[in-house]
Amino acid sequence: MNYLYAAYIATWAIHIGYLGTLVRRYSRLRNEIAELKARIEEK
Amino acid sequence: MKRVFPILAVFTAALLSYALYEALVAAPTEQTMGDVQRIFYYHVPSAWTAFILFFVNFFASIAYLIWRNTKADIAALVTAEVGVIFCTVVLVTGPIWARPVWGIWWTWDLRLTLTLVLWLIYVSYLVLRRFSSSGQTPLLAAVLAVFGALDVPLVYFSIWFFRTQHPQPVVGGGGSIDPRMLHVLLINWLAFSCFAALVCWSRYRLEALKREVDETLALEALLEPRSAQTKTSRSGSAG
Repeated sequence: MNYLYAAYIATWAIHIGYLGTLVRRYSRLRNEIAELKARIEEK
Repeated sequence: MKRVFPILAVFTAALLSYALYEALVAAPTEQTMGDVQRIFYYHVPSAWTAFILFFVNFFASIAYLIWRNTKADIAALVTAEVGVIFCTVVLVTGPIWARPVWGIWWTWDLRLTLTLVLWLIYVSYLVLRRFSSSGQTPLLAAVLAVFGALDVPLVYFSIWFFRTQHPQPVVGGGGSIDPRMLHVLLINWLAFSCFAALVCWSRYRLEALKREVDETLALEALLEPRSAQTKTSRSGSAG
């Protein structure tokens, strides 16, 4: 039973880890867009 | 389109929960292996999903090589990345199943080795795309993807044509499966396919947006020195 839970937990850990990297990349890009907008408005 | 995404997300979450319930509770227990066989409901659908993603990557790469289409290039990148995630799941859950059933975590069996090679090919593809700054990177990546995709049928058919330690295919092959187990397997495959589609969609939007921002930044960098130069020459002529 431990192997079964280990496999299911590992699967979701991999998927959630990947989703975490996507969220981080989205927030970084959002910051870049905000900076770019601010620079354009300044000009 | 903005409304479709949350609807699909809710549907996928519900389907994944139902598939998990079916895999852990509703599916009958296999007589020889016991509960550990239930790993199969995550391992096999993840492998099928990875294969589909690598095939989409193959066709998108071909499309890029023919038409040099940016959308095809983004689709190739996205499917390779998500495909690697699903292939990682296969390579992790396989040994967890093998340990109690075979008594070993890993063996250099043809199916296992070819799956590891497949994973390494697509990891190389992603490393190439991540660290190469050449303008030819999408082209080189597309060529690598076309050759890499040749490993997918080799992995799939290796257990049909060669004697390996890996269990025989239960769908379309020589093995047989209880109809209730097949139902749970297909539900899990549907759930993981919807999940993969959703993740690919998000990743596609992210990549398209990133490229737009990069183009704007490049344009800004090109215009910046010119406007500064114009200002300097104007002040110079005024003086």
